Amino acid sequence: MSAVPDAGPAVIVDRLRRAYGERLVIDRLDLRIDRGEFVALLGESGCGKTTLLRALAGLDPIQGGHIHAPRRPAVVFQEHRLLPWDRLWRNVALGLPAAGARARAAAALTEVGLGNRLDDWPRNLSGGQAQRVALARALVQEPELLLLDEPFAALDALTRIRMHQLVRELVARHRPGVLLVTHDVDEAIALADRILVMRNGMIAFERRTGSRHGRVHDRAELLAELGVSADLETA
Amino acid sequence: MSAAQGDSPSRRSVSGELDRNTYDREQPRGSVGHRRADPRSGLGRHSLAALSWIAPIVLVLLWEASAQAGWVSPQVLPAPSKILQTAVKLSVSGSLLTDLGTSLLRAGAGFALGGSIAFGLGTLVGFSRLAEAIIDRSMQMVRAIPFLALLPLVIVWFGVGEEQKIFLVALGVSFPIYINTILGIRQVDPKLIELGRVQGLTNWQLIRRVILPGALASILTGVRYALATAWLALVVAETVGAQSGLGFLAMDAREFLRTDVIVLTVVIYALIGVAADAITRALERRLLAWHPNYAGDKR
Repeated sequence: MSAVPDAGPAVIVDRLRRAYGERLVIDRLDLRIDRGEFVALLGESGCGKTTLLRALAGLDPIQGGHIHAPRRPAVVFQEHRLLPWDRLWRNVALGLPAAGARARAAAALTEVGLGNRLDDWPRNLSGGQAQRVALARALVQEPELLLLDEPFAALDALTRIRMHQLVRELVARHRPGVLLVTHDVDEAIALADRILVMRNGMIAFERRTGSRHGRVHDRAELLAELGVSADLETA
Repeated sequence: MSAAQGDSPSRRSVSGELDRNTYDREQPRGSVGHRRADPRSGLGRHSLAALSWIAPIVLVLLWEASAQAGWVSPQVLPAPSKILQTAVKLSVSGSLLTDLGTSLLRAGAGFALGGSIAFGLGTLVGFSRLAEAIIDRSMQMVRAIPFLALLPLVIVWFGVGEEQKIFLVALGVSFPIYINTILGIRQVDPKLIELGRVQGLTNWQLIRRVILPGALASILTGVRYALATAWLALVVAETVGAQSGLGFLAMDAREFLRTDVIVLTVVIYALIGVAADAITRALERRLLAWHPNYAGDKR
């Protein structure tokens, strides 16, 4: 499926500024995500991480700087946002050209393990299943940039672990650039190649995972960046 | 389902004025008062349904008996059996069916005319603040008039021909559909609209795939109210100077004190009302199969 070569940027953000009225939420932010790269964005609530994602998705206007993205990014939100009046395959095919839409939707639903539920209604799905459909709907567009806005936050712990597994497989196969916004340090470490911590509208800290320091060290360092002492947490 | 359906979570008002005299939106069937067997009586659902028919049947039997016994004059209220005979006689002669057809045609024409105009205007106002500013106040002002009060004026304009009847029906039909179309469109979950944008839908696709389906439950509620109003408008319009139709049949019968024919027309009006309601409900069940509040497939 991955006709897109791995090389090249999925998005380049150049001195991005985003303000709500007088209040500056993102201040001259630079960011580059390559195709096939999985980036997690951590930060306290209100630090501007969702604002950044919405700006990248083209949902909000920006007040300065540039966002260069070769194609429209796909987004998975915290809520599944399935259309309750459309059967699952129609939900996945939303925005696809009509020719061959059902076949492509079927393939995408099969990939997330729901290939036998094409004609079912969204209301018959569990939270995890609905989020899998949302994932299929995003990936069927073959995006070069996939934006994930805390898509696992509302799921129970076991379902979340299964979703992590699934997302890792899907991203490895389709190789889009991924930006995952999350507040969960462990989720970021489990999934990402690179972790960013956002503070005061800027990227305040950056760490590649799987570094020589090891996972425990990464975790403590990230928590410290987020203002949580690892000693405190284990105490 | 979270906030994905535009129906329950927030009933935002369209405007201050609308809020005050919005039509009460009837609770969709089966949502709250879904019929269950009564645990105290020990009766099942079907027994209870059968039980509910006893009182009406007994009343009709009493009516028949008192008419047969001569306690009630046939001028006042003829026996049900007599009304049935009249129905058969008028059907065989064909005049009943002709009048019924005329009335249905008038109702249908008025409904189509008023309904499509109101749906168009409602859609415009639902989408655009500009259209709201231009259209809505006038609509609300006209709506404040009980539309039947316009009857004398309508007769002056159109005389007592077909136009007068169709116009009155169209007028009565338009407001429920106008208001419920606006309400429905405004209630569509903005998160779903945002999703449509993310998926790259064009404006037209957004309307067709997201906004109109989301507004459909409300629009169909409007259709149901409109059908009732259409019928009411027609009865009034036909009672005043008609040469054909059910209302004419009734007024003509009054001249000759044919109480049986008058009661027959009343019964037919009632039956058509029931039928129209059944058709809308069937439409709802089909079009809103996805909606948890309407009967659909429960897998």
